[in-house]
Order: sequence, then C-alpha cells, then structure tokens
Amino acid sequence: MNLQLDFPAVLERWPNFLGGAALTLELAAFATVLGALFGTLAAVGRGSHNALIAGACKVYVETIRNTPLLVQIFLVYFGLASLGLKLSAFTVAVAALTINVGAYTAEIMRAGFEAIPRGQIEAAEGLALSRLQIYWHIILLPAIEKVYPALTSQFVLLMLASSVCSQISAEELTAVANYIQSDTYRAFETYIIVAVLYIILSLVMRAGFWGLGLVLFPRRRRLGTPL
Amino acid sequence: MGGHLNINHLMFLGQGALWTIGLSVIALIGGGIVGFGIALARISPLKSVRIASAVYVQLIQGTPLLVILFLGYFGLAAIGLKVSSLTAAGASLTLYVAAYLGEIWRGCIQSVPKPQWEAAEGLALSRTQRMMKVILPQAIRIATPPTVGFMVQIIKNTSLASVVGFVELMRSGQIVNNSLFEPFAIYAIIAVTYFAMCYPLSLFSQKLERRMGRGRSNLAPA
Repeated sequence: MNLQLDFPAVLERWPNFLGGAALTLELAAFATVLGALFGTLAAVGRGSHNALIAGACKVYVETIRNTPLLVQIFLVYFGLASLGLKLSAFTVAVAALTINVGAYTAEIMRAGFEAIPRGQIEAAEGLALSRLQIYWHIILLPAIEKVYPALTSQFVLLMLASSVCSQISAEELTAVANYIQSDTYRAFETYIIVAVLYIILSLVMRAGFWGLGLVLFPRRRRLGTPL
Repeated sequence: MGGHLNINHLMFLGQGALWTIGLSVIALIGGGIVGFGIALARISPLKSVRIASAVYVQLIQGTPLLVILFLGYFGLAAIGLKVSSLTAAGASLTLYVAAYLGEIWRGCIQSVPKPQWEAAEGLALSRTQRMMKVILPQAIRIATPPTVGFMVQIIKNTSLASVVGFVELMRSGQIVNNSLFEPFAIYAIIAVTYFAMCYPLSLFSQKLERRMGRGRSNLAPA
C-alpha cells in the first residue's frame, strides 16, 4: 500500500476541467427545460380521456423508467444515425436526456395533479373561469408548487446522470476526465477532482433551484433547502 | 463483420444478463448491510456520528455513479491492490447503494409514529430493545415497497459497470455489436431484456405500495 497522489500534474489542466463542467451544466440546463416541458405534456397525456393517448404516455413512462440510461443513449445515438440524421454528440445527448428525464418528470407531475383537491376545480368552474384559466391557475401552477422539491432533486440527478453521455463522446466533464487521465496517467487524482466538481455543481444547482423557488412561489418561503 | 445474430450471440447475451443479476445481488446485499449502518448512524444520539454519516451521504449523492466506479476502479489500483473489475464494480456499487438505501431506510425508521417510540421508552426498554422489538419490525413493513422500487435502480445502474470492463448485459451487447455491427437491433434486445428484469419489480413495488396504503387507511382512526 503506497499511495502517491500528484494533484499538481492534473490540476494544471484546470481550463479543460472548467470547460467540461460548463458543458455539463449546459447539457443539464437544456435537458431540464426540455424535459420539464416534455414530462408535463406526458403527465397531461396520461390523464387524457382518449385511451390511445393515455396508453401511449403510460408505455413511454414505463419503458424509460425500466431501462438504463446508458442503453437509451446508445439507442438514440444509433437510432438517429440509422434514420440518416447526422447530429452532434451534444444534440444526441440533449435528446436522450430529455426523453429520459421526461418520464420521471411525468410521474412527479402526475402526483402533483392528483394532489389538487377536486373541490378547488369545481370552485373555479363555479367562478366561471375558462378551461384554460382553470388548467393554468388551479391545476398546473399549484401542482408544480407542490412537487417542486421532488422536481429539483430529479433535475440534480439528471445533471449527475449526464456523465453517462461521455460514452458517446459528448465533451462534458466525465469525457474530459477520461481524456485527461489517459493523457496524464493520473487516473485516481483526475476522478477525485471530477467528483469534487460534480459535488460543487450539484450544490450550485440546488442553491439555484432554491432561489428560483423563492421567486416563483413567494407564498412558501420555506420551500426546500439549499443543501 | 461476423455474419448474423445467431444462437451463440444470444447465449453470450444471456450470460451477460446473468452477470447483471449477479452484480445487482452483490450491490443489494453489500449496499444493504452498509446502508443499514448508515441509516442507524444518521439517527445516532452522537452528533459526530450523525454528521459523519450525513457527509458520506451528501458526497455520494452529489457524485455520478460513473465517477464513483472510476474512483473505485483506479483508486484500488492506486493503493496497489490488483483487483478484478467485478471487485471494483461490486465495491463501488456497494458504496453507492448504501448512501441511497441508508437515506430511504432512515426515512422509514423515522416515519414510525412518535408515540411508538415514547411507549417503548415508557416500558423501560433499552435503546437496542426499542429498536429491535418495536421500531424496526414496523419500519421494515414501511421500507419494503421503496426498497423493491430501488432494486430497479440497482439493476439499471449495473449497466455502468460495463465502462470499467465488467462483462454484464450491456458490455456483452457491446462485444456482440463489435462483431456484427447492428447496433440498433442489439441495443433494442438489451433494452427489452432490462425491461423484462425491471418491470416485474416495478409492478411488485406498486402493488406493495397500494396494499400498504390500504392497510394504513384501515388503521387510521375514523
């Protein structure tokens, strides 16, 4: 047992690390926004009266939630390629992550919708609000407010899961690390630094979502915690 | 290019699937044992133990499993241990699963109603007796559905062990693909296989949850 760590040799590549971290955040940001929209649509679809739409949404959610992200990424990667679409690794990564997180978001949003008391919707109908107004003010916004902590955890997990995109050489943090470790032969040090960077990124994301929660839901000041 | 998908390829994939199950069982047992310790440490009367276990959980939950796998793989090598990819993957997954199961189980232990703790204390049971005879039997009931649900995550996550060279289902698929180069078909077969392993567990977890919900509402005061 003689452990010799040489951090300076690896740390001098800090611009590469920071670039990878920035790309990881960018990837997570795109997938979060698109996945939130996609997942909300799937959650609405699951509640549809049309059995075909409801069934399709259920199949989508269950398929994604019961297969590994790594397999999904490869399927999207080769699937798009076999359709003749030549896309960058970054675009493929965003697409795969969006499809993945959409399924989890759909389940969380469904729980949010189910938590809206029937009486509130009836009350809104009694006040002659339009269907669209009811959906926006009485169902969607309160549902998001209710599940906001679960949603934010899911998006932090998504950011961590984006490390898997290194396998299709999207140049995010883990891919950068793979490159640096094969270049410096300092694998252990490299991945320690990368782990620290991911922990910082997840703290930054949590703090960001917490701040966003304060702005979006001023009624609930105690929503979530920065950690 | 080695021709078409034949029975040998399927046998190889089947072997990979068995290793996926094997690695999942190792991760579940290892992670379960360590995770149980984490759950107890998180509610320990000693503040230092509580803080240490909380830091562990935060560190693991803030790091991607892929990076933990690389750390395990290269870390064990860095301290001079020559280990197989099975050992490295098993150890990394154990650490990872322990953090998540520890948090799930801590929640379950703490969700045993407060009067149960107080009543056990009132009966002059020792801390160990309270845990073993009153709290844990109830906590295990509460913990079963989320634990079964988490097993799905474990099975899916073992796919990442392919990256450190462990030949489970995903890796065996990549190997077959290297000789046939029909990625879409092969990854589709792999996806279906994972689904076949995970979906029954998902359904079982949901069923347990519903049953629990009914049981609880029966117990609730009118």
